[in-house]
Amino acid sequence: MSVETLNVIIALVKIILVVYVAMMVTDLILILAERRISAFIQDRLGPNRVGPQGILQPLADGLKFLLKEEVIPNHVDRFLYLLAPAIILTPALMTFAVVPFGDQITTYIAGHLVTIRFQIADLDVGILYIVAIASLGVYGLVVGGYASNNKYSLLGGLRSSAQMISYELPMGLAIISVVMMTGSLRLQDIVVDQFGMWNIIRQPLAAIIFIVAAFAETNRLPFDLPEAEQELVGGYHTEYSSMKFASFFLAEYTNMITASALIVTLFFGGWHVPFLHQANLPVLWEQIIQILAFVIKTGFFLFFFIWVRWTLPRFRYDQLMNLGWKALLPLGLLNIVITAAVMAL
Amino acid sequence: MIKVKKLKAPKMSFWERIYLPAVFKGLSITGRHIPKKKITIQYPEERWVPRPGYRGAHRLNRDEHGRVKCVACEMCSSACPANCIHIVGGVAPWDDREKYPVVFEIDMLRCIYCGMCEEACPREAIELTEVYDFADYSREALVWDKEKLLAMYDLTKDHTYHLQKGEKIVDDMRQ
Repeated sequence: MSVETLNVIIALVKIILVVYVAMMVTDLILILAERRISAFIQDRLGPNRVGPQGILQPLADGLKFLLKEEVIPNHVDRFLYLLAPAIILTPALMTFAVVPFGDQITTYIAGHLVTIRFQIADLDVGILYIVAIASLGVYGLVVGGYASNNKYSLLGGLRSSAQMISYELPMGLAIISVVMMTGSLRLQDIVVDQFGMWNIIRQPLAAIIFIVAAFAETNRLPFDLPEAEQELVGGYHTEYSSMKFASFFLAEYTNMITASALIVTLFFGGWHVPFLHQANLPVLWEQIIQILAFVIKTGFFLFFFIWVRWTLPRFRYDQLMNLGWKALLPLGLLNIVITAAVMAL
Repeated sequence: MIKVKKLKAPKMSFWERIYLPAVFKGLSITGRHIPKKKITIQYPEERWVPRPGYRGAHRLNRDEHGRVKCVACEMCSSACPANCIHIVGGVAPWDDREKYPVVFEIDMLRCIYCGMCEEACPREAIELTEVYDFADYSREALVWDKEKLLAMYDLTKDHTYHLQKGEKIVDDMRQ
């Protein structure tokens, strides 16, 4: 076996393990966590009947989605209608590709010296890739809303496009201030750069702007205007049923995972654990602890997403736009100026 | 003319206008609810026992000899606003009264559980119990006859109905 084939195999294993196993399992856990945490916050118990503490509930939900009747209304644009769930789910899964979830290890496999990076693709422009792919997701919503040929769906799609564009700007500005300090667009470099001090301490304003924008980009409450049930029936996915609806659902949760992972990577040191180097552990242990640290940090932000959802009410549309354009955008620009000034000194 | 006083929204301080303190305040409130005791009663395993005076399913009381207390005076069916009590009286086989109910039927689906039959009864023969779980598969099955109503008395006379049915009794859902 040559080194090239070995590298391809390692890449494939990483893709399967991370995208299909880790992401999908996390999606399932999130479906349950959302329902149970919302129940706990409201002093209820939530679904706890399917399996111990309800852990098999997501499987039951998934089975229900698979077995439900697939309704395609007559008035839809068939091609776009079928395309939209794919457009939204694919970028959601793709964005995670460049997020580093651990350091790299160099080891001998089948007689070759191989470097395994705990990251699916180590792109030099990783952060740009994420911003680019994440903004593709909005097409899924708009196409879904348009193809449904229903005013509520269309309104949901329009709102989401306006919201995504408005909040991509402050998000980009927050990322710029981080990139300015790191001097690299590689996410691994951004993590390594935080070894001394996490970016949440060096860039608190950028962190707040990024987290708020991340909520808006994932269409989570308080920014869930595209699917505001009270006004829009269901929003862009009103006309979808069965597994197509589930793909919108999965895309939302997958986006949440990526957003949490990005918050962790950019501002909370990624997989870095402070003072771990001083413990002088074996390399393998150190790696496992770092990956676990990444998982725990991401898990906390996933919990935070759910926690916020069941705490805050939805914004009004003008409030949403005011916050995006009049508050976050100037703050982001200000932050860049301050960062530049501090760096020049 | 009505005098209209226009109120101005109070001016918010800078700290209030950035909203984040309020957001964290809200998060701490919801966060504190997560470990709190839940009010959910997990019904078939756990049961809520109603307070005394709860108006559930009816029963026909028995006297000390185990006979039906009812004397078929039809005060209850006259008092019933839903017209759900149907009584056919007959000559009592016992010496201490003239009449007794040959047929005593209550349509549990028509009943509005107001308890007026209980108030009207001169012999304390009809009573509403703490039983709330008597769903059935047909409308016919929910027209309870005399035997069923007397059986309810046997089930509920010791106030142990819910104890017999539930594994765990939740006494009060609101602490």
